Amino acid sequence: MPVPAALEPIASAASVVKRFPGGAAPALNGVSMTVEAGRITGLVGPDGAGKTTLIRILAGLLHADEGEVAILGHKPIEMLDQLGYMPQRFGLYEDLTVRQNLDLYAELRALPEEDKEETFSRLLRFTDLARFQDRLAGKLSGGMKQKLGLACTLVRTPRLMLLDEPGVGVDPISRRELWAMVQDLTDEGIGILWSTAYLDEAEKCDRVYLLNEGKLLFDGPPGELTDRAEGRVIQLTGFGEARRPFLSRTLDRPDIIDGTIQGRSLRLLLRDGSPVPEPASFEAGAGTRIAKGQPRFEDGFIEILGGGPKGTSALAENYRVIPPSDRPAIEAKGLTKRFGDFVAARDMDFAIPQGQIYGLLGPNGAGKSTTFKMLCGLLSPSGGQGAVAGNDLRHSAAEARASLGYMAQKFSLYGELSVGQNLDFFAGAYNLRRPDARRAKDAMCEIFDLGDKLNMNAGELPLGFKQRLALAAAVMHQPPVLFLDEPTSGVDPVTRRMFWTHINGLVEKGVTVLVTTHFMDEAEYCDDVSLIYRGEQIATGTPDALKEQAVTLTESDDPTMEDAFVALIEESDRRREADERDAA
Amino acid sequence: MSGPRKPSKRFDYRRLRAMLVKEFAQIVRDPSTFLVALALPLLLLFMFGYGISLDMTGTRLAVVMEDSSAPALGLSQSYRASPYFKVDVLRDRAEARRQMIGGKIKGVVVIPQDFGRQVHEGHMPTIQIVTDGSEPNTAQFVASEAQGVFQTWAAAEPFADAPKPPSIEISTRFWYNPGLKSRFFLVPGAIAIVMTIVGTLLTALVVAREWERGTMEAIMATPITMVEFIASKIVPYYFLALASMTVCVAIAVTIFGLPFRGSLVALYVIASAFLMPGLGLGLFVSSATKNQFVASQIGLIASFLPTFLLSGFLYEIPSMPVWIQAITYIIPARYLIPSLQTLFLTGDVWSLFLPNIAMMLLFGFVYFFLSFRVTKRSLDT
Amino acid sequence: MTRLRAIIVKEIFQLLRDPKSRIVLVLPPLIQLFIFTFATTLDVRNVDLAVLDRSSGVHSAELLQRIDGSPNFRKILYVRSSAELRRAIERQQVIAALVIEDGFDEKLTRHEPAQLGLILDGRRSNASQIVAGYVSRITAEMDAETVPQTLGGAQITNWFNPALDFVWFTIPALIVAIVSVSGLAITAQTVSREREMGTFDQLLVSPLRLHEILIGKIVPSFLVGGLNGALYWLVGQFVFGIPFAGSVFLFFISLFTYLLALIGVGLFVSSLSMTQQQSFLGNFIITNPLILLSGYASPIANMPPWLQTLTYINPARYFLVIVQGLFLKGMPAADVFHQLWPLALIAVTTLSVSAWLFRSRME
Repeated sequence: MPVPAALEPIASAASVVKRFPGGAAPALNGVSMTVEAGRITGLVGPDGAGKTTLIRILAGLLHADEGEVAILGHKPIEMLDQLGYMPQRFGLYEDLTVRQNLDLYAELRALPEEDKEETFSRLLRFTDLARFQDRLAGKLSGGMKQKLGLACTLVRTPRLMLLDEPGVGVDPISRRELWAMVQDLTDEGIGILWSTAYLDEAEKCDRVYLLNEGKLLFDGPPGELTDRAEGRVIQLTGFGEARRPFLSRTLDRPDIIDGTIQGRSLRLLLRDGSPVPEPASFEAGAGTRIAKGQPRFEDGFIEILGGGPKGTSALAENYRVIPPSDRPAIEAKGLTKRFGDFVAARDMDFAIPQGQIYGLLGPNGAGKSTTFKMLCGLLSPSGGQGAVAGNDLRHSAAEARASLGYMAQKFSLYGELSVGQNLDFFAGAYNLRRPDARRAKDAMCEIFDLGDKLNMNAGELPLGFKQRLALAAAVMHQPPVLFLDEPTSGVDPVTRRMFWTHINGLVEKGVTVLVTTHFMDEAEYCDDVSLIYRGEQIATGTPDALKEQAVTLTESDDPTMEDAFVALIEESDRRREADERDAA
Repeated sequence: MSGPRKPSKRFDYRRLRAMLVKEFAQIVRDPSTFLVALALPLLLLFMFGYGISLDMTGTRLAVVMEDSSAPALGLSQSYRASPYFKVDVLRDRAEARRQMIGGKIKGVVVIPQDFGRQVHEGHMPTIQIVTDGSEPNTAQFVASEAQGVFQTWAAAEPFADAPKPPSIEISTRFWYNPGLKSRFFLVPGAIAIVMTIVGTLLTALVVAREWERGTMEAIMATPITMVEFIASKIVPYYFLALASMTVCVAIAVTIFGLPFRGSLVALYVIASAFLMPGLGLGLFVSSATKNQFVASQIGLIASFLPTFLLSGFLYEIPSMPVWIQAITYIIPARYLIPSLQTLFLTGDVWSLFLPNIAMMLLFGFVYFFLSFRVTKRSLDT
Repeated sequence: MTRLRAIIVKEIFQLLRDPKSRIVLVLPPLIQLFIFTFATTLDVRNVDLAVLDRSSGVHSAELLQRIDGSPNFRKILYVRSSAELRRAIERQQVIAALVIEDGFDEKLTRHEPAQLGLILDGRRSNASQIVAGYVSRITAEMDAETVPQTLGGAQITNWFNPALDFVWFTIPALIVAIVSVSGLAITAQTVSREREMGTFDQLLVSPLRLHEILIGKIVPSFLVGGLNGALYWLVGQFVFGIPFAGSVFLFFISLFTYLLALIGVGLFVSSLSMTQQQSFLGNFIITNPLILLSGYASPIANMPPWLQTLTYINPARYFLVIVQGLFLKGMPAADVFHQLWPLALIAVTTLSVSAWLFRSRME
């Protein structure tokens, strides 16, 4: 079907204000926007910017206090027939099958009986869920749930689709597939509003609205924001210094407002108006080279929000120096976990030297969490051995536990206790004597800016602060080893930068970090990564080595970490299918 | 591409049917629903049916024989023969007191030293009956039953100064339950408790579950109306509660041996009327709290405790202080329990049923009204 | 010690700050105090009685006057026919009906035995029996004034509670109920809440030892249960004036032993549950038989034999005997120990089973 010639607005909001009882500032403060037919409109911004509130107002689930909202010229509540809405948790009935979920939404949206078979087979083909029709929605992987959620909103082709952060906690492959599916929908003239924390997705939108603290900071094609960083992105290579301390030092320069590690190189964003510095000014040896880098949407995003954090971590400065040691800080030897017949993790083998960051990557349900949990003592291995700081998991689990700090996937501190009480508890649980505990608590408040929130319930903190508190609780006792399980899931890019500044600083003090993540740019901070798929390590090495492998697979000369991830998984699938064919 | 469609604001049977199909599929899938609807009722029914009994049997009684004459032995034999007592024969009062303090016996009958002599001389002898006042109900029972045994024994003896027969003879008849089995009135009450719990607890979970799992948001963004939504929550649990009641009634008749003198029509009419406030309360709590844990807690406490304590199930309402009696009027089970007891033991007494049904429907209406008030098609609080 | 202190402090703060826990803390004791004390009486008062007086003489009038004057009766409903009488009972307007036959007055005047019909509602057989007792006592009194009574017969004495005041029974039993409800409810939530909130993993990766976590879980319930028990022990003596004749020391020893037994049960339920919801239902399923089958709702001796045997594993059964014994009877130590050792045995068993379960379900 042809795209309509004139871009009619499917949905529009004009000067919308929304206040929540008890909230000091309005959640939305005079936001205007439109969603056009046949276009993907992106909605980005840090946590608590008001993205979900705006989407819910458009879906007729919340009422705007001021301003006008219209879908095809009507009130949202009158246009529910034209609306497809996928909430953050997809809105699926997990105890119903794929087919039952589809049936329900088809009936609720009055899909004519005679169209049903055709529609369903089209949607199941489209989402590649035909094989799983009778599976319970709860038993699907995150990516599949997401696709089913999408299919349920599409049983009758809507004019407007609202997607609220569909990519949270989902691996890169599933995210790419979803993007492709949604893009297909634009051909049918559907207007799509896509809220996301992944800025590479935002970059691909036709138009982007950037919200911060309820206000619209930017609206226009993403390229416009990207262009603001034009000529200010530089790529530093050949420096004769370890990359993490070098990044810290570099970020402290006044002319640099953001920087990330990319394999062996640094990617830096210059302050507006600053000239490209001389390589020598970095004082990192004669080999230092500077090349122009390609600006990305992310650079514009970081800049408009006032730049990333500086490079020095107050946390790391306060941290003790972990005495160097030759033995690996974390070691897995043939670690295996079986649940009945199902092998969740098979023969995990790696040794992490002290003072390094090791990343476990992989799609949802691939076995990285299982491996992670075996190493920190939450699951007992069915086979093999694991050791943390030289303490064997089986025989000296208590000693192993005393030497690690742990940050869970979802916020898991005591929500009904105050920030101060949480810190007191973890200080005590890790055996800090009273004066030490007080010192540690004061330091944490100072470093993480928690001082004025000490009496707040931890559960009521904004997401960014929850994450800081969780990190504070994990490092109060200054452990030599840190376990971080998707520590930045759902967190916005600025906060993620801050988080990694601390981690980089700690590693320089000799702390060893084991981390799992879905953000492939974060994988770049790791010294080594292990790609886990179907319970096995399918690739291990430095991020650069993995990208190197991907070069041959993808035939692209500069693949990103995400490209590498996708290519390696696909390669593994191909090889397995070939093996199965051979076996048959 | 499909043209603009007008959403139907009217009650749409097709949407309701789809929601019902979904709800039934969830019930079938969720073992905990069956646990609450079937296992919990059976457990409670058996517990109340067997565990609570106001029929005193096997109450421990000590007979202190300070006299060992033939009449004394005869009297002690009468006590042994009573179906209500399990008798220990003791020699002295001090031992009896020790045993009563230890909680082993609930009453003492002292047959004094000169008992035999009195009888031989043709006098009406005196005995002493001591009860354990720390359990007043048992104490009263022991006193009157022990006295009764003594009087029956005395009536068979030719005493010169035997008491004259009373000039007023009372012929007592217990209608509907001549065997005076407490189970006959406790089991219908237990069924009422079960229905309260099942009806309220199940519905308390369902709306809150949609909120908690985030499906409410997705459902609200479809053209469904709130009337359809609430109807889809009521219908399945109404039938489930009726089913669990049917099982309970069957057990009452077959296992507990209760008669069922009313008609099934009346039973289902009354049960349906009761389920209106029962389900309505659960629905209201569920919609208001939006949290399964809190909803089940409030639902259980708000349904179970009042039904158990303030409905006349075990404790007589007229005996309560006036301010508590006033509270009992707002407890739906107060209207159900007499109706059920009547259905089982008396028959269809519509003059009793109708006012009770009217009250239950009134409360049902109130709860449903409140539920509609709190179930808005909006995430605004 | 640092770790142990930290977890105990944390558990107590959690209890005090969580609004849901606060409800469990405050509400049940209050409800129980008011409702249980005043509503749960097996006394029968305010009886409504129907009368079909076919005699209408001096004696029947006197009888009705006596009934009307009795504090147990509230209202007399005069009916004119047996059909009307049947309706009044059927509709539960009255619990009993007195039928005074035609010749009642004449017979009494002639000093012949006169018959009185008493019809009672068997749907409320327990209350009916008591009402029958009231009526026969009134007629006996009437007799006693006209016919001289002989000596001899049964003298009745009620030990420990001469006036058979029901509150003297309710309050000691209430101590058992309150301690049970609060102790169980708090324990049953502790582990499952951590599991549901995801904080359980956080605890397990910390250097806290198993016994430290367990002690942390036990202390709050122990404190709350103990405080409730102590509070109602005082209320019983000083507000309701119930004599406490036994040893204070033995009371508290028994209270603590009972709490440990309860906590073992609660911890078992909590360790078994994955969510707070499950533990709440589990707790409900446990609390009911615990209290109902303790001898509080009706005497254990009335139950079928198999159920009586089952009550031996019910810790509340022993504690109820101890509390009633210590309050009114001044139960001596030997008798208390007789109940205390099974209680201690249950405590040891439930605590070790739940510790084992807790350990085995850590994954």
